[in-house]
Amino acid sequence: MIHFNRFVLDNGLRVLVHEDFSTPLAVVNVMYDVGARDENPDRTGFAHLFEHLMFGGSINIPDYDEPLQKAGGENNAYTTNDLTNYYCQLPVQNIETAFWLESDRMLSLAFGKKSLDVQRKVVCEEFKEHYLNKPYGNAWHHLRSLAYTTHPYQWLTIGKELKHVEEASLDDVKQFFFKHYRPINAILVVSGPVKTDDIKRLADKWFGPIAMGEKYIRNLTAEPLQTAARKKDIDSNVPLDAFYRCYPIAGRLDRGYYLSDLLTDIMGSGASSRLFQKLVKEQQIFAGIDCYHFGSIDPGLLAIEGKLVKGISLDEAAAAVEHEIEELLTNGIQPQELEKIKNKTESVIAFEDVALMSRTNSLAFYELLGDAALMNEELSRYQSITADELLAYGKQIFKKEHSNTLFYHAVN
Amino acid sequence: MDKLNRKKAPAIEDAVAFHLKLDTPLIYKLSNATPVYAMHGGAQEVVKIEWVFNAGNWYEDKNLIAASTNFLLKNGTKNKTALAISEAIEYYGASVSRSCYNETATITLHCLSKHVAILLPLIASLINEAVFPEDEINIYRKMQLQRLSVNLRKCDFVANRLIDAVLYGEAHPYGITSNAAAYEALSREELNAFYHQFYTHGFCKIFAAGHLPDNLDALLEAHFGSLPMNAKPLPDRAHNIIPNMVKKHHIINDENGVQGAIRIGRSFPGRKHPDYVKSLVLNNIFGGYFGSRLMSNIREDKGYTYGIYSYIQPYQQQSAWMISTEAGRDVCAATIEEIYKEMNLLCAAPPDEDELYLVRNYMMGSLLGDLDGPFQQITRWKNYILNDLPEGYFEESIATVKNISGEELLALAREYFQQKDFYEIQVI
Repeated sequence: MIHFNRFVLDNGLRVLVHEDFSTPLAVVNVMYDVGARDENPDRTGFAHLFEHLMFGGSINIPDYDEPLQKAGGENNAYTTNDLTNYYCQLPVQNIETAFWLESDRMLSLAFGKKSLDVQRKVVCEEFKEHYLNKPYGNAWHHLRSLAYTTHPYQWLTIGKELKHVEEASLDDVKQFFFKHYRPINAILVVSGPVKTDDIKRLADKWFGPIAMGEKYIRNLTAEPLQTAARKKDIDSNVPLDAFYRCYPIAGRLDRGYYLSDLLTDIMGSGASSRLFQKLVKEQQIFAGIDCYHFGSIDPGLLAIEGKLVKGISLDEAAAAVEHEIEELLTNGIQPQELEKIKNKTESVIAFEDVALMSRTNSLAFYELLGDAALMNEELSRYQSITADELLAYGKQIFKKEHSNTLFYHAVN
Repeated sequence: MDKLNRKKAPAIEDAVAFHLKLDTPLIYKLSNATPVYAMHGGAQEVVKIEWVFNAGNWYEDKNLIAASTNFLLKNGTKNKTALAISEAIEYYGASVSRSCYNETATITLHCLSKHVAILLPLIASLINEAVFPEDEINIYRKMQLQRLSVNLRKCDFVANRLIDAVLYGEAHPYGITSNAAAYEALSREELNAFYHQFYTHGFCKIFAAGHLPDNLDALLEAHFGSLPMNAKPLPDRAHNIIPNMVKKHHIINDENGVQGAIRIGRSFPGRKHPDYVKSLVLNNIFGGYFGSRLMSNIREDKGYTYGIYSYIQPYQQQSAWMISTEAGRDVCAATIEEIYKEMNLLCAAPPDEDELYLVRNYMMGSLLGDLDGPFQQITRWKNYILNDLPEGYFEESIATVKNISGEELLALAREYFQQKDFYEIQVI
């Protein structure tokens, strides 16, 4: 059970405080309700580029990192398709430094040209390092655009192409900031050996004076129901053929999300999971296989991917995966198997809550979903799931006409 | 209404003034002399227990024997198949991982506190009853060969291997690299022999942390106290370091690569050398954190890379001081030039008081984080114990961070940042 207190400033900033007196450290986390899904299709990668710019100096403070490091603090940030999150950890004695820094960059950035010029290059190098210069690094670029015809999940957070990042202008930056980085669209979570009253005072002092801004109303077109299987073949200079398959699943708040999560575990989590045991160990079709999902807020994807053992064809590999899915849908889930994945879920949740930083990030995420208290209900949701319910949901998602397949052919 | 002076930083307490304390674990020995270090604490009812063996590749007679033995510990025992072992672990939502390093190799259990008692016998069987079935070895070999073929396409993977090979020599355990022939040559007999000598009859230390069961000592005694470990002395193994004659190696691994992996490194004395802790401070200034000189210049000013770091890689016999980055193909040469330029700047003048103040505080704050909670604390203890560091090392390290002077840092830079001493790898 993670305890927290919650209040809202007059400007709409939601503030959560998690008191934990077992640590000398405080974590200050600011989550903004904007991610790659909110980008203009011609300016993709912008939310992430913007995250970099948040470290390029704010209106009153030329450098974000230096004063924080002087106060003994560390920080980082990440951008997903759904949200952008900034967090720092520092000795609790110096917590006001974090309020000063975070509130100033919520007030306004410095919008320096140099910062934009440099960070465009840095992000292009990041793009190359993770997506272009790695074998199979572009697979999800292809898969997302195959699986999503309409919804902006069709691109990666890094962006569709280098050009979009290279062309970002200072005007784009300003517009994006004042549209999304306002108190009304943000959540502040503070944790550590702190008292809620003190945090209230600090929040009022530093964040209170910032203009509320306009509530961003997300109005994305939902992805239409897929009615026919889709497939793409690409050739690449890689050593092994690779198979990718994904199926649409429910959004994060839907019960279907929890069912998908457990189905993912049954199929592909751990050495005793079905796909690994059958297709890697017994039949030796794949050199390795994974089954996972992205935990996205809007309806997401459940994916199965693996590299093939030399001599096996992609068609054989696809048939073998389909056979395992068929096996699940025909014979259902054994009680022992259900118990196993529920135990795993319990354990994963407990380990996630060990680190103060992780607890803080989670509180912000659940608040963004609508209610931080959801965090404490997760385990019971999973525990209420039955084998029959899982099977029924499996039958709903694992349909041939809902499948998106990428054959990644090795050519040398 | 904003009457705040936002240009003025709030007052801070110097992290340097903090009194940092490393809690002491409970230390005891099982009846077969296996030492146990136990750090109890934490609100979540979870534990991590690690069995550390002197079974790294330092002790192998043939390439990949140590790593393969370690990997295959979980793939079959006298009474259980690989699948049955995985099911037994995963049924409780637990995980058992294993890792092989240069000197040591480990088995690590993560689980809920309530499942410790039921999982310990299984871990004991991995140490005492593993059988290395032939078909498991075959699958492992096949999978590793395929994985290697993919990794060899990555410039960072290739560069990491190459820098170790040139620093230590390809025959040395620190410099040796995996290759197809070595996987092909693995035999069950060799794995078995290594296992019996270095696990079943090997040297083991146990590190436990988290919300530990009250009777952990009795449980460990019951399952591990009578195993035949820690009885025979370890064989003496000496390995000569034979550095490469050529300092600069630029290679093209992928004609179409859009980035180059750069590794620049030199040999450096180990943890016990009096310069070691001081060098950590110099390393921070140079390339050890986000505000470092390398990062500020090469990423934040020039935009040549997504990230650049320097670090001291502390092995037991000898360590290395390394700089590591992936940079755009067309700016690799410029990046390398800037790296040496930053070394030269540190050799030309001491860091000013402001920079030194910042780095001291940053390192102290970071240490505070490193001591937070039982998992972090046991990691630090493990490091001290496995490296046989003297009592008071922690306090001395802190004193060094607090007191080292700019002049001392200048002298260190002049000693260690000579371009001619560095190996330079660039892999596109």
